[in-house]
Formats: sequence, C-alpha cells, structure tokens
Amino acid sequence: MSTKTEPVADAAPVKTGPGTHSPPGARDHRRQRPVAVQHVAGWLFSTPFLVLFAVFMALPILATLIMSFTDFGLRNVTDPFSAEFIGLENYTKLFDDEKFLKALFNTAYFVVVGVPLTVGLGLVAAVLLNSGIDRARAFFRVGFYAPVVTSIVAIAVVWRFVLDPSDGLIAGLASEVGLTSPDFLGSEVLAMPSLIVMAVWRNLGTVMVLFIAGLQAIPPDVREAARLDGASTWQEFRRITVPLLRPTMLYTSVITTIGYLNVFEEPFVMTQGGPSDSTLTVSLSMYREGFNFFHMGYASAMAYVLFVVIMAITVLQLRLLKDNTK
Amino acid sequence: MSAARTTTPPPASSAPAGPKDPVDPTWSGGARTSSGGRLKKTGVYALLSIGLLVMAAPFLWMGLSAFKTDRDLTASPPVWIPTEWTFEHFGELLDRLDVPLYFFNSLTVAALVTLSNLVFCSMLGYALAKLRFGGRNRIFALVLAALMVPGNLMLLPLFVLMSKLQLIDSYAGLILPFAAQAFGVFLMRQFMQSIPDELLEAARIDGAGEWYIFWRIAMPLVKPALATLSILIFLGSWNNFVWPLIATNDPGKYTLPVALATFATDPNQSDGSNGMLMVGSLLIILPVLLVFLVLQRHFTQGLATTGLK
Repeated sequence: MSTKTEPVADAAPVKTGPGTHSPPGARDHRRQRPVAVQHVAGWLFSTPFLVLFAVFMALPILATLIMSFTDFGLRNVTDPFSAEFIGLENYTKLFDDEKFLKALFNTAYFVVVGVPLTVGLGLVAAVLLNSGIDRARAFFRVGFYAPVVTSIVAIAVVWRFVLDPSDGLIAGLASEVGLTSPDFLGSEVLAMPSLIVMAVWRNLGTVMVLFIAGLQAIPPDVREAARLDGASTWQEFRRITVPLLRPTMLYTSVITTIGYLNVFEEPFVMTQGGPSDSTLTVSLSMYREGFNFFHMGYASAMAYVLFVVIMAITVLQLRLLKDNTK
Repeated sequence: MSAARTTTPPPASSAPAGPKDPVDPTWSGGARTSSGGRLKKTGVYALLSIGLLVMAAPFLWMGLSAFKTDRDLTASPPVWIPTEWTFEHFGELLDRLDVPLYFFNSLTVAALVTLSNLVFCSMLGYALAKLRFGGRNRIFALVLAALMVPGNLMLLPLFVLMSKLQLIDSYAGLILPFAAQAFGVFLMRQFMQSIPDELLEAARIDGAGEWYIFWRIAMPLVKPALATLSILIFLGSWNNFVWPLIATNDPGKYTLPVALATFATDPNQSDGSNGMLMVGSLLIILPVLLVFLVLQRHFTQGLATTGLK
C-alpha cells in the first residue's frame, strides 16, 4: 500500500513520531520495511473484530433503524425484504400507546431513584473501606462485590422468595416482631421500589470498586495539608474527597444510568411486568412486542426511542458533571 | 452486543494502571491512633459489618433454603438453619429439569466465547497499542463507540439474521455475536501498551515476523491480563440472559439462566416450589461465587485498570 521512499508520514498517523525509537541516522534503513509490514499486519490483526463488528453490530444497528419505519411482522422473519415502509407511523403510534408511556415512566422511575441510591451507597462503602481500616478489608470488599458477579436470573429468583409475602424471609422477620409483611411484588405501589432495592443491592459493588480506585488515586499530601489546616473529617470529605472524585462519580453515574435504562431481567423474572404493568419497562415491553407478538417494526421503534434517550442522558450527564469541576 | 454487563469500561482513551497492591498504605495510616481514632474505627467496622450482613443475607438464605424440607421452607417465623438437612429438592429439580445438559450448554458457550475473545481481542488490542498503520485511530474510535451501544438495540434484526442463517438453536448463534467484544479489545489495548517498544523492535531487527512477535513475545508478557480477560468474558457469557433467551426455542439448547428463568416463571413446571428454585439458583451461583472468591484479585484489578478516569 504505502510507497517505499517516505512511508512513515502518510501511512501511520500515530502519536509517536518517526525516529523516537532509533537514532535519526540509522532510521532509513530499518524503518522502511517494518512500517509497510506493520500496515498490513495492523489491518490483518483488525480483521476478525471488524468482520464480526460489521455483521453482528453495525448491520443490526442500521437494520433496527430501517425496520422501525416498516410494518415488519412475523412473516418477514423468513422474508425480510417484503416488509412495507409506513413512514413514521410506528413512532406516532408509540406516543399514543398508553402501555409504552407507562413503560417509559417506569423506566424513568427506576433510573431516577435507583442511580443516586446505587452511586451514593457505593461511595459510602468505598469511603468506609478506605478510611484506614486494614483488618478484613479484602473480606469486606469481596462481600460487597459478590452480587455483581452472580447471574441476575438466579438473583431475581432468590429475591422473589426473600420478598414472598407468606414464606419469605422478610415476611418471617416481620411476623416475629408482630407485623405483617406487605405483598411486595404483588402491590402496584411497592413492586417497583422492591426491584430498585434489589438492583441497588446487586450493583453497588461495581460502583464501590471504582470509587476505591479513585480514592487511592488522591495524593496523600492533599489530605495531609487539609488536616494540618485543621479540617474536620466531614470537611475533608466534602471539600477534598468529593471534588477530587468527580471524574469517577461521572463515570459511575453514566454506566449505572445506561445499565438501569436497559433494565429487563429483574421485571422479567420477578413480576413479568405486573401487577397491572406497574413494573413494565421499555426493554421488557420491546421484548414482548418483538418476540411474543412479532410486531418487530413497532418494537424497533421502541428500541430506537430508548437508544436516543440513552444517548441524550449520557451527553447531558457529561455536560452537567463536567461544568462543575471548575 | 458487548453484553458483559458486569464490566463495561469507560470511554476513556488512556488509563493508568490500577492500584497494584489492594492494601495500599492509606492516607490515614499512623496519624490516628488516639482514642477518638479508635472509636471511629469501631464505628467503621460496625457499619461495614451491618452492610455485609445485608449483602450476604440473600445468599445465605438461598444456600440454606436449598437444603430445607418443605415444612422448614414454609415455617413462620422463618428457620435459618434447616431443622433437618435434605437433598430432596435436588432430586426433584433434576427430575424435572435436565440440569447437566444446561450446565454443559452454558459451559461450552462460555468456553468458546472466552477462547475467541482471547485471540481476537488480543490481536486488535496489540495492533492498536503497538503497530503503526493507517486507520488505527479510526478503528480505536469504533471500539469506543461500540462500548457505548446498548445490546438491546441489536436484538430484533439479530434474531432475523440468525433465523436466515439457520443459527437459531445452535451454539454458533449463541457465540458469534459475542466472539469479539469491544470491552475486551479496550482492556487488552491498555495492557499491551505496557510492553516496551524496544523489545518488539529488537525482534523485528532479528527478522521475526509480525505474527511471531505478537504470539511469542507480546502474548506471554500479558498473561495476567489474559487471565483477567478470561474471567470477565467467561462470567459475562455464563450470566448472559437476553440473547440466549431469544436465540433458543428448543429447550435442549437452553443455557442455565434461560432454563431457570423459564422454569421459575412457568407455574406449571415449578408449582411455585421455592425449594427447587433455590437449588436451581444455587447451582448457577455457586460455581461462579467459588471462582470469584479464589480469583477475586483479577476482577477488581480488571475493573480498576479499565475503569479509572
């Protein structure tokens, strides 16, 4: 591909300029062949990823967009190209669909309550673990992180039993002190908060680990200086820890928000979206429309609405949290 | 569809290596040995212990309930320790659900996904970190963009595509969409960057080919990273739910989570028997939990390395 005379300049737009690794005089003999070879090797090494990416990611992303403007249905699964274009009909229908609007609201509820709780409790756990205790540190960290690595399906099955109004753990504990436990998952009011509590329980370990890494990156002398100036523990936390953790906070909020916007398994296993759609989320609703009723064009529109929401919120979060750093 | 949900790295372009030593001497090292400090420490331990209890309670409840008799399961107030240990729900579950088959399916899929990611992600990660070629920056931007795309966006056409390719109910259909995950590329690029350029240059001067340099020189140097990658990818695949749910219709091809979810949400099958469901959950969670406890350093290191700043 590249010519033999001066290949470095146009074939390799890379940070490290030519000649950083060998003395200028010796360069011309050595470099010419390797760079041309590296160019070919670079593309060959990229090929498996690029092919898989193109077929199983880029193509489907584009196809979802196109499908969202068609009446893609069950018969089109075997004959995709006979689907008819119906313009924006799926999208206009979507915003008249009370079920979808409810799903949108439920998903927002899950995110708005769930994300601050997860990030907040993750931060608290990280600060406690980093506050100078040495004994059993690893033990606690492993314990807090364990739910993250386990199957969400199995976790949801276990929590369904924990919350069971007659035989569950909480019901049992309540009866011991003379109270009756509400039917958490059977109540329109309590079902969603129950799912949120479970999500917080499961995900705060991720946030905690990231915050611990962030805390350890804070230079000790900054804290030392604050302490010498007579800062209290709270002041130190408020004025040193929190501002310096802002990049980590930004990152954890973004990934938690993205994860929660896609919430699917929890309602799928624990409530099937009920009672009376009070835990129906956008992803669950998309799954049902697409794979139970095979309204795939309509479901594609849902997928794109969710995608746009995710992008918008991510950009917004990046803006909001970044502006405050100064 | 990079659905390793437990570990999505950040859209950052470069990250410093995570803390090597998890018991780093922390900032309040020797400064606080006064009685106030000790009091504070006790408070910290108390809070952490309460937290840990809450975190562990569902696991304990599951583990113990799997061995309870039906009488203990429905007892009120609840019984923590089974009054009589029994394996009856294990037998019951195995009668109704072909657990060894689902276990085998999950294991096969996870192992093959891990293997292909080890090779493909390392290849691209190495190229992005160490080879100079036109288009490199654009490919890296693509990898970062792929990290941000939610997996749900691709599900519908992916199902259509797999139906057309006749890959529904096949291992290939379960594996291919996850065979080279952007997250893995990102992780490997971070680690490959730490290899000294001089070493690779020296090999080039000695006449080694690019593949040889990658496979025989670079790969052995990033063995710890390969371990971290294997664990994270294996786990992501083992726990993966949505795609296997969609890509399998034949119960013989279900993975463990799909089988358990189908069993748990179909009252005809499980007749709401919490004993059987706890056994099923235990069988999914226990292997992972054991692996995690043994190799936990790799998890947190992988997260910290990709997840910082």
